[in-house]
Amino acid sequence: MIEFHQVTKRYDSDHTALRQVNFQLNRGELAFLTGHSGAGKSTLLKLIMVMERPTAGEVIVGGQKLNSLPRRQIPYIRRHIGVVFQNHQLLFDRTVFDNVAMPLEVMGASPEDTGRRVRAALDKVGLLSKEKMNPLQLSGGEQQRVGIARAVVNKPPVLLADEPTGNLDPELSADIMHLFAQFSQVGVTVLVATHDIALINDMNRRTLTLHQGQLTAGGGVSGH
Amino acid sequence: MATDSRAKPDNPKGANRKRALLGDQARSYLGHHRKVAADSMNRLRRAPVASAMTWAVMGVALALPVALLLLLSSLQGVSAGWESTARITAYLAMDIPAGRAQALAQEIAADGRVEGVQLIEREQALEEFRRNSGLDDALDFLQDNPLPHTLLITPEESVRTAEGVQGLVAFVSGMQAVEQVQVDLGWLQRLNAMTDILTRATWVLALLLGGAVVLVIGNTVRLAIENRRDEILVAKLVGGTDAFVRRPFLYTGAWFGLGGGVVAWLLIQLSLWWLSGPIDRLAGLYRSEFALHGLGFDGALGLIIVAMLLGWLGAWVAVKRHLDDIEPGEIAGG
Repeated sequence: MIEFHQVTKRYDSDHTALRQVNFQLNRGELAFLTGHSGAGKSTLLKLIMVMERPTAGEVIVGGQKLNSLPRRQIPYIRRHIGVVFQNHQLLFDRTVFDNVAMPLEVMGASPEDTGRRVRAALDKVGLLSKEKMNPLQLSGGEQQRVGIARAVVNKPPVLLADEPTGNLDPELSADIMHLFAQFSQVGVTVLVATHDIALINDMNRRTLTLHQGQLTAGGGVSGH
Repeated sequence: MATDSRAKPDNPKGANRKRALLGDQARSYLGHHRKVAADSMNRLRRAPVASAMTWAVMGVALALPVALLLLLSSLQGVSAGWESTARITAYLAMDIPAGRAQALAQEIAADGRVEGVQLIEREQALEEFRRNSGLDDALDFLQDNPLPHTLLITPEESVRTAEGVQGLVAFVSGMQAVEQVQVDLGWLQRLNAMTDILTRATWVLALLLGGAVVLVIGNTVRLAIENRRDEILVAKLVGGTDAFVRRPFLYTGAWFGLGGGVVAWLLIQLSLWWLSGPIDRLAGLYRSEFALHGLGFDGALGLIIVAMLLGWLGAWVAVKRHLDDIEPGEIAGG
């Protein structure tokens, strides 16, 4: 589902964020991406989201080579990738429902369809009763779950999470990881960037480790 | 046969479903436009003072050139009114006999540019002069009739312009039997030249003010873009196309234009109402039919549509300049 072939990303100022990274994630796989801060985790996620383009090498998502993707095709790729952020990026000028509905709105889904799918996603994260509230009225863990509902509402084949449990206590973090595991069971490829080692050890999943832009563990194809 | 009969009902059903899907998409697309349009309008209404100020600026900037153009078209109406009564007077040479004058009148009347020719024979002219001038006795001293045969030529309607009349004058005065041609074109030409200059100046003014409107709206929309930065980031993040992200701002620009157009129309109607009394009095003094014409329904509609287009254009400029700069790359942090 996600393939990196010899991917290097260099920023202008001699700063090399990624060096010849190789790995492949299959459909339905849940993997962690870890490393000290500045090791290139965010850069790697940005390459998948086409927020950045690699300096060298090839990034392939869902069989689509992203290097040669024209700019105006980028939105259509992003519709197939759900993203969860540490600071969840919710909009506080609208309800929980409207926040979750955004990915469907940009796709031009009908109101009936939107209602059905948003409620299904909110139900999945256990927030169905709070759809009419403003995200500001919710706790940190709940806000994060709204972010997750928004990321999965259009059933993307790929789900990325950047430090999704950064601000949460261990119990809430475990809840959220459990949600991610559920998504991977229904075929979603999930990649979670985190430095929460305890959490990674608990889950016992494949872990990609970055060290100064190089993949030092978990590379290649899964199972190898 | 059996497969055929099974396949048949399936196919139309598939086609129907496809059509229904397309219909759904079109409906939700239109629904989305409606929603965005209503939402943009609501945002303007939630900041009534700021919106009203933008509308007022736009209104003034649009009302000025439109009012000038209205005034000029009214002036052109005046000269057109005069031209409708324009007649060319051709005096024939003294030695032309009445029969020759008659033939000449017919010849001129046959010209395509001429609506009608009236021949005033010299005896008839003297008779009229005698009646009107009161110089009855003085004229008796004259041995000969000093007046020539005269042709009053009325130009065809399409020729009643300064250039057209001039062409006709050239044609008539080129005839051998014609000694002198008279037509008072001077002040008409001056008026036309003046309105031409003013019309051009007004168009320049309109262009400049239109540009100013675009810039004002562009700047206002730029602020709106800054205010909704988070929303734009998220929309781009979840796969909103550029068109999707631009749409609310383009509608905002169009609504600014709508308000500006309405304000401009109100200003123009108000000024016309305020000016109409004095102008009627002035026109009355000159026994002129001059009147300031309003915009009318078509004009008002045109003004509002142009205003909306300008607003849309301003928004587009701002969106082009600033929206593409907002890329979700900055969200993810280091």
